[in-house]
Amino acid sequence: MNSLFKTLFSFMLLALLPMVAMAAGTIESDGTKVATNWPAISMFVAFVGLTIYITYWAAKRTKSAKDFYAAGGGITGLQNGLAIAGDYMSAASFLGITGMVYLKGYDGLIFAIGFLVGWPIILFLMSERLRNLGKYTFTDVAAYRFKQTPVRVLAAFGSIAVVILYLIAQMVGAGKLIELLFGLDFDYAVVMVGILIIAYVTFGGMLATTWVQIIKAVLLLSGATFIAIAVMYQMDFSFDTLFKTAVEKRDGDMSILFSGGFVSDPINAISLGIALMFGTAGLPHILMRFFTVPDAKEARKSVFYATGFIGYFYILAFIIGFGAVALIVGGEFFADGKLIGGNNMAAIHLSNVIGGDYFLGFISAVAFATILAVVSGLTLAGASAISHDIYANVINKNATEVQETKVARYATIVIGALAIIFGIGFKDQNIAFVVALAFTIAASANFPVLIMSMYWKNMTTRGAVIGGWLGLSSAVIMVLLGPVVWTQILDMGAAIVPYKFPALFTVTIAFIGIWFFSITDKSARAAEDKEGFEAQFIRSQTGIGAEGSSH
Amino acid sequence: MDQAKIEKIKSLPEYQQLVKERTGLAWKLSIAILVVYYGYIMLLAFNPEFFTTIVSGEYVSIGFPIGVAIIVFSFLLTGYYVKKANDDFDELTAKIKKEVE
Repeated sequence: MNSLFKTLFSFMLLALLPMVAMAAGTIESDGTKVATNWPAISMFVAFVGLTIYITYWAAKRTKSAKDFYAAGGGITGLQNGLAIAGDYMSAASFLGITGMVYLKGYDGLIFAIGFLVGWPIILFLMSERLRNLGKYTFTDVAAYRFKQTPVRVLAAFGSIAVVILYLIAQMVGAGKLIELLFGLDFDYAVVMVGILIIAYVTFGGMLATTWVQIIKAVLLLSGATFIAIAVMYQMDFSFDTLFKTAVEKRDGDMSILFSGGFVSDPINAISLGIALMFGTAGLPHILMRFFTVPDAKEARKSVFYATGFIGYFYILAFIIGFGAVALIVGGEFFADGKLIGGNNMAAIHLSNVIGGDYFLGFISAVAFATILAVVSGLTLAGASAISHDIYANVINKNATEVQETKVARYATIVIGALAIIFGIGFKDQNIAFVVALAFTIAASANFPVLIMSMYWKNMTTRGAVIGGWLGLSSAVIMVLLGPVVWTQILDMGAAIVPYKFPALFTVTIAFIGIWFFSITDKSARAAEDKEGFEAQFIRSQTGIGAEGSSH
Repeated sequence: MDQAKIEKIKSLPEYQQLVKERTGLAWKLSIAILVVYYGYIMLLAFNPEFFTTIVSGEYVSIGFPIGVAIIVFSFLLTGYYVKKANDDFDELTAKIKKEVE
C-alpha cells in the first residue's frame, strides 16, 4: 500500500509542479498575466491534497468491479443526494447562471427553473426502477430484455457522445477559468485537470469520485450561502432594496426585473424546456449515481435531497447575480465598460468585493474543485460505457471481473487523455453549441430508449435501435443546422433550424421511431422482447432479484 | 424469475395494490409539475405584461415569488412522494417479498 501512496503522491506533484513553476514565472514577468493569486493557490493545493488522500483511502477499498463502478453500492441517500447535486452544480452552472442573472436579470431565473424541474420527473418515473433494474450503467436498464449487442452499442454510443461533448465544455471552461483566476497558462491548467482526474478515477473509482463530489458540493453550497447572506446583509435583508440598488446601477433600467424576450417564442421555450428536463434524465454520469445506493428507498431519498440542494443553490445563484449587479462597482473590475473576464466572472468578482483576497481565493479554489469533481464523474461514466457496456457485454462476454476493471482503468486513461487533447484543441473555438448538443442527444437518444424500455410492453429491439439512432442523428443534424453552428460558427447566414435546442422535434422523432418500428416488428426476437416485459416490470416494481449492496 | 414466481407475484393483492397506487401517484405528480412548469412558460410567452406587476415595495415584480414558488413546489412534491413511498409502498413491497422468498 505504501507504493500506492507514493504513486498517488507523485501524481499530485506532477499535476501541481507546473502550477508552482508558472506562479514563479508570472511574478518575474510582471504585468503580462493576472497577478498570481496566492490565497487561491494555497487553498487549491490544500483541496488537491485532501482529494488525493481520499483517493488513497478509496483505492484501498476498491477491489471488485462493483466497488469501481458503484462504490460498492454502499452510499447513503443523503450522500448520493449531495453527489448528484454536485454533478449538477458544475462550474458552468454556478458561474453561468450567476453570469446570466448578472446580464439579463429575471431571465436567468427562468433558465434555472428549467434545469430544476426535471428532477421531480426523474424521481416519480425513473429513480426506483433504475435502481431495481440496473447494475452499473443506465445501459443495463435500457438493454434489459432486448438483444444485448445492438441496444448496448446504441446506448453506449449515446453515453460516450454526451460524455465527450460535456467534457469539452468543462475542459475549455476550466482552462479559461484557471488562466484567469490563478494566472496559470491555459494548456498547463488543462493538463493538470487531466492528470488529477485520471488519478482519482483509475485508483479510487466511484468511491473517490463520489467523495470528491460530496466535499465540493458542501464547499460550494457554503461559499454561495455566505455570498448570498453578505449581499442581503448589505441590503438590510430587503429584496426591494436589492432590486432598487441593481436598477440604479443600470441607470434606472427596470427591464432586468422582468422577462426580457427570453421566452418570446413559445416553440423555442418549450423546446428548451424539453432539452433541459429530459436531457437531465439522459445524462449518463448522473444516472450512474443511482447504482451507488443500496436499494430503491435510498435512490428515491437521494433525489429528494438533490432537488432540495439544487433548488436552494439556484435561489442563491439568483441573489448572487443581482448582488453582482448592485455591488460590483469600481474601475478595477471593468475593462471597456465590460466585466473583466466576461459576465461569467460576476460571482468571482462579487466574492472579492465581499470578502477580499482570501474569500476570492476560497471561491476560486471552489470553482476549480467543481471542475475537477464534475470532470471525474464524466470520465468514470465514459469509461464504464466502454468497459462494461462495450467490452464486457459485447466484445468479450466471458470477461472476468478483473479483466473488466482493468479495461475500465485503461479506458479512464484514454478518456482523460482525450479530455486534455480536446480541451487544448477547442481552446479558441466557440463551444456554446457543445452543451446544447450534449443535452439534445441525452434527451433524444438516451432518454426515450430508457423510459420506453421501462414503461412500454410492446417495445422491441428493432424499435429501440432504429428509434434511438434516429433520435441521435436528428439531434446532431438539427444542432449543426441551428443558429450556433450554422450562423455563428460556420457563418452561413440565417439558420435552417431556428432553434438552439431542437429537442422538441428530435425527441418526438425518437419516440415515433421507437413506436413505429416496434409495432411493425413481427420477428421472433420481437415476441421474445415482449415476453420479457413482465419479469422486468415485476423486478422494477418490487426490487426482487435486484443487485444488492456488497457491504 | 421463473414463470411460476411471476404468476404468484401477479396474483398477490399487495402487488396489485402497489402497482396501482404507485403508478397513479407517479403520473399525477408528474402531470402536476409539467402543468406548473409549462403553464409558467406559456404565461411568459403569451402574457409578458403580467410579469411587470409589482407586488411588494416598488421593485419586486410578481415573477420573483412565482419563480421561487415553482422551485419550492418541486421540492415539496418530491418530499411528498418520498414520504408516501417510505410509509406505504415499502410496506407493501416487504409483504410481497415475504410471500415469495
